[in-house]
Amino acid sequence: MAFITANWNPLGETFYRKTELYDMTWNVRDGLRESLVAAAPYGGPIALLREPHRRSPSSRPQLEIYSASGTAIASFPWKSGPVIHLGWTVCDELLCIQEDGTVLVYDLFGSFKRHFSMGQEVVQSQVLEAKVFHSPYGTGVAIVTGSSRFTLATNIDDLKLRRLPEVPGLQGKPSCWVILTQDRQTKVLLSTGPELYILDNTSCTAVCPPGLSPQTCSIVHMCVSFSYRYLALFTDTGHLWTGFSNLQEKLSEVDTKKTTAPKHMLWCRRPQSQQPSVVLMWDRLLMVVGQCHDTVQFPVEDPCVLVGEMDGVRIISSASQEMLQEVPLVCQDIFKIASMAPGALLLEAHREYEKSSQKADEYLREIKEQSMLREAVRQCVEAAGHEYDPKTQKSLLRAASFGKCFLTDFSPDSFVQTCRELRVLNAVRESSVGLPLTHVQFKQMTLQVLIDRLVYRRFYPLAIEICHYLKIPDYQGVSRVLKHWASCKVQQKDLSDEAIARAVCVKVADSPGVSYSDIAAKAYECGRTELAIKLLDFEPRSGEQVPLLLKMKRSQLALSKAVESGDTDLVYTVVSYLKNEMNRGDFFMTLRNQPVALSLYRQFCKLQEQDTLRDLYNQDDDHQELANYYVSASYREKRLDARLSVLQSAVDEYNKSKNEFAAKATEDEMRLLRFQRKLDDEKGAGLLGLSLQATMEALLALGLYKQAEQLYRDFRVPDKRYWWLKLKSLAEKEEWDELEKFSKSKKSPIGYLAFVEVCMKYNNKYEAKKYVLKVTPEQKVKAHLAISDLEGAADAAIERRNDAEIGAVLAKCPTSDQLLMEKLNRARAAITKK
Amino acid sequence: MAAHLSYGKVNLNILREAARKELREFLDKCAGSKAIVWDEYLTGPFGLIAQYSLLKEHEVEKMFTLKSGKLPSADVKNIIFFVRPRLELMDIIAENVFSEDKMHSSRDFHILFVPRRSMLCEQRLKEQGVLGSFINIDEYILDLIPYDGDLLSMEYESAFRECYLENDQTSLYHTAKGLMTLQALYGTIPQIYGKGDCARHVANMMLRMKREFAGTQNQILPVFDTLLLLDRNVDLLTPLATQLTYEGLIDEIYGIQNGYVKLPPEKFAQKKQGEASRDLPTEPKKLPLNSAEELYAEIRDKNFNAVGTALSKKAKIISAAFEERHNAKTVGEIKQFVSQLPHMQAARSSLANHTSVAELIKDITTSEAFFDNLTVEQEFMTGVDTDKVNTYIEDCIALKDPLIKILRLVCMQSVCNNGLKQKVLDYYKREILQTYGFEHILTLNNLEKVGLLKPQTSSRNNYPTIRKTLKLWMEDANEQNPNDISYVYSGYAPLSIRLTQVLARPGWRSIEEVLKMLPGPHFEERQQLPPGLHKKRQQGENRTTLVFFLGGVTYAEIAALRFLSQMEDSGMEYIIATTKLVNGTTWIKSLMDRPESQTP
Repeated sequence: MAFITANWNPLGETFYRKTELYDMTWNVRDGLRESLVAAAPYGGPIALLREPHRRSPSSRPQLEIYSASGTAIASFPWKSGPVIHLGWTVCDELLCIQEDGTVLVYDLFGSFKRHFSMGQEVVQSQVLEAKVFHSPYGTGVAIVTGSSRFTLATNIDDLKLRRLPEVPGLQGKPSCWVILTQDRQTKVLLSTGPELYILDNTSCTAVCPPGLSPQTCSIVHMCVSFSYRYLALFTDTGHLWTGFSNLQEKLSEVDTKKTTAPKHMLWCRRPQSQQPSVVLMWDRLLMVVGQCHDTVQFPVEDPCVLVGEMDGVRIISSASQEMLQEVPLVCQDIFKIASMAPGALLLEAHREYEKSSQKADEYLREIKEQSMLREAVRQCVEAAGHEYDPKTQKSLLRAASFGKCFLTDFSPDSFVQTCRELRVLNAVRESSVGLPLTHVQFKQMTLQVLIDRLVYRRFYPLAIEICHYLKIPDYQGVSRVLKHWASCKVQQKDLSDEAIARAVCVKVADSPGVSYSDIAAKAYECGRTELAIKLLDFEPRSGEQVPLLLKMKRSQLALSKAVESGDTDLVYTVVSYLKNEMNRGDFFMTLRNQPVALSLYRQFCKLQEQDTLRDLYNQDDDHQELANYYVSASYREKRLDARLSVLQSAVDEYNKSKNEFAAKATEDEMRLLRFQRKLDDEKGAGLLGLSLQATMEALLALGLYKQAEQLYRDFRVPDKRYWWLKLKSLAEKEEWDELEKFSKSKKSPIGYLAFVEVCMKYNNKYEAKKYVLKVTPEQKVKAHLAISDLEGAADAAIERRNDAEIGAVLAKCPTSDQLLMEKLNRARAAITKK
Repeated sequence: MAAHLSYGKVNLNILREAARKELREFLDKCAGSKAIVWDEYLTGPFGLIAQYSLLKEHEVEKMFTLKSGKLPSADVKNIIFFVRPRLELMDIIAENVFSEDKMHSSRDFHILFVPRRSMLCEQRLKEQGVLGSFINIDEYILDLIPYDGDLLSMEYESAFRECYLENDQTSLYHTAKGLMTLQALYGTIPQIYGKGDCARHVANMMLRMKREFAGTQNQILPVFDTLLLLDRNVDLLTPLATQLTYEGLIDEIYGIQNGYVKLPPEKFAQKKQGEASRDLPTEPKKLPLNSAEELYAEIRDKNFNAVGTALSKKAKIISAAFEERHNAKTVGEIKQFVSQLPHMQAARSSLANHTSVAELIKDITTSEAFFDNLTVEQEFMTGVDTDKVNTYIEDCIALKDPLIKILRLVCMQSVCNNGLKQKVLDYYKREILQTYGFEHILTLNNLEKVGLLKPQTSSRNNYPTIRKTLKLWMEDANEQNPNDISYVYSGYAPLSIRLTQVLARPGWRSIEEVLKMLPGPHFEERQQLPPGLHKKRQQGENRTTLVFFLGGVTYAEIAALRFLSQMEDSGMEYIIATTKLVNGTTWIKSLMDRPESQTP
């Protein structure tokens, strides 16, 4: 414990420490000296291209990929063109930028994924230098070409190349340059020697860092901080200028007393840094320069690579890897020699407690007296998060746990969470896994991403273990791991389709959120169509299967899956796809086997393609529907003969479907139409299109009784209906004589009450009376009432000895007519008596 | 504003709030001022979710109706189309967008599909070359709309037609989706019963969708104990009959649209006494009809013959309450009286409104035509002379009564007779074609396809068996103080509701025979609940059943279910859901086909 501060180096008011992360397990010896090296932040993988400039085809350079701890992941000879730069994307993909501007993308395991170009003109002018950078938009690539032009792509997953404006006076490559992202814009800051320029989409502006010492001639090295907020410039006079990257403000300027440019230069900061610094490395020297003008110097024995992190700098050499960072304030408080901070006291108290010493109580009392116990626990928990050594973590956490016992309402959440997270971090820091993440980095990167990274490295069991341990909902945790595992599994060429499908099914089973269709899509991408189909069978969401099946040209299957899903829109989609893909005959046949799809397609045709509808019915020999189709089509014909001929087709089809009624009805309609046309021509009657009833009505209104009569007979109109029609028509025209004649033509099939009522409707009481005499006894009362003949109604009712009818008359009786009421009441009494 | 949705056993306001939240989120996605272009059909259903005020809060400044041609000018940043996913609407939108681009270019376009996005429609927009013009293409999943405290409707008018006539199961897919949403909010429904092909289909889809979401177990204590899915074609008879409840009659006579009814204004004119101007309002009077109105909630489900007494009783109570003021002596009493005044005034105006409505309806129900029609309906339902041509129908045709009335009666006769003799059927059909026009041959064909009209095939008419077993006709229906659901049709107990009633007690096993006579399978499914979510039922606590009518439900049926909920010994509360609220007229109308004629 006493040695914790042993590797602390004071810098200004604060300390910097170098923590050993790994003894590298690789065997690269001098490899770092003459190789292109790319190491990703957040404990990412390391790529190494040995002797990139060797071009003889007989001995190709070797590209090697290692985990951060130096475990070999992949290695293969480089067969493409000369590589200028290597870099990692945020998704752990390796970018190899070639001289000709081609960027090749490989995954962690060295398998080629895709490539893109940084522009055609680069093929001629060649890439001189390139940089890979990260921004909120993703991973970007910047190059400078032989013609001294910069080209940028801010997000390689959504490739948009931007050629930046020319830089005045620049020949060849600039002496140094960096990428800045400011105000959602990506810019280049470059030095041509004497001049400093900011280059953005549209312009190239000369800039001058504020307060740069006048004797400076040129800037020979520059670097920007992890967050793009701070900038460091190294001048030919050995001065290090630091300031904000917007070049508005200077922080400090330090004379390093070195005249050569450093090989590497990086910011070394952490969130809430007390004393941010810049780390510079020369061949034999590593220098940490603080803003306080103080420096820390370390000798360097091996060639090293520096990796900037958000909270420090990793130093990778052929033998080991170290983390250089400012000691977090809380750790300083606890571990600083003779610190009296509450956390330090608590740690001490716990140590004494373990020794069963009463001093424990004294320390504890002291903290309590200052009411700092809560703070003490918090400090211990927080400090544990910052420590890399599990032993130190444990002692801090034990102390925290000890202190916690004396607090009554302390929420254990932060303690529990830190314990859990540290356990996970310790697991992934294991050399065999090789993710040397700090707690701060872990928080920034989020658990989701950590799991993704584990999955990229194919540490599936560990990832699942972590998901279970941290109780992440399956949906976001285990399922995603399994999904990736399965996508990886389907690429194993040495296994049979059957075996893979089974393995996937067993492991994935019905884990929520794992989409079998995604896995199948992967299998299809790898050219394993059969496997894809097998996997799709496991997909419970029929809808999800459809797009892939279509892509694989399994259209029949796609259709039946779409139908199964119940999602009619999906069915429509497949149908319209099939329609374009297949010839008409096959298309119809396919539909025929899928009644649901067929009826949907019919609906579609009904609205959009009437002719197709006819073909469909035709093919199915659906005569009934075909006939109906002709019927509705007939209404779209303007000319009568065309209309008749379409109707004739309907008749034929109705006959074929043995629908005699409809055939007959249609024939009748045709007959009616011809009749109407004839009369329209002869008399201008305007009948065409009317119903039979309306036609007769019109004829009667026109006084064409004979023709009406003819229709009545020809179309076998029921007497009742015709009588009603004629009655109303005559009454309306007030042809009372004609009406009387008609009433006598034969016994009325609708009785005579109707006559009474219709006459009254036209206020002709005189005529109405004529018919009252003729009504049947049952309707007598009603008839008399209709013509408001109360006396008559009363007599009829009494005569019929009908209680209900007497009641009806009584209801109509005005109270003034006492006589009649009495008479009715008497009769009523007489009936009820019996 | 929608407080009445939370009065019931199940708080349906949760659903409404969820829908509103989603709407707000979408509107906020389109930053800046906006104009909404409405698919007119949607305005009614949307009114149940959000009033204009909500839209206004989210910077909706203008509203237009979707029509072809140029969009009206409006100084807004966003134009949002609220549309159903229909191809013909896409063409109109494309036209709108095209004519827009030439003049302005600064307005952003968005589409909100209700209730679901459609690849087909997007494809169409793409073909028209306008898909790229839209910044947002989104869907607003509005399946089940809370209609009242115990009532959900999808307001999907063509559902019955699509399902039974066109074999298009889109509405069923939406139903299943809607039920999934409901379960996400109210917990998994452990028991599902159903009768009919569509019911089976919906249940299948639900069970499959549940498998699809297997991981996202929802941890909500189930609110519903049972779901009953009923196909409308299991009970074709009920909607054909004239509803005799107050609400049912309002719907039959004036038509209730999205919870509102439009009434002839005359009766409502002279409300304010002493006003000089006596201009009769020409605009129809629009009344909201829901349980937010205390009086309406009380009388809506009564048989119309009992409404008069209820209204006069209410009138007495209200005037008594107003009389109280004379007894108010102390300041405190007066204060209390005054505090009740707004409530009393609302009650009085509500009473006045419903008295007027009742008068309007009474004019009709006391007419001879109404009586004759009802008599025939009841004859059919009791099985009198259903096998021969009915003279009343004949007369109605001869007098050219509205075709829908004729169709309702003929269909009813056919249903009550398990099909008509070929001769009778042909006679009716010929009468209809000759009187109303040949074009109706298509409509008749549709009615035959869905089974409303059919020739008698087997000699056996099983309707009487069904009627007797399920007690569909109750001779002594008590309209004033009902003791059985048959009061809603003054004698006829709706078959659908009898099935529901029997399911609750004693269970369907007792009526297996009858169930077999009705179309489609009947089934029972159980959905596993996550452990710990099994309800511990209190003694005497009611069970809750969601009854879903696929293809429409009538107000009278709803009244009958409410009656069952209120019966003390039923032990069951019913929540009702449907594709659309229907009555015989709207229902038959949805099945009619009218070829548009080219000849003048």
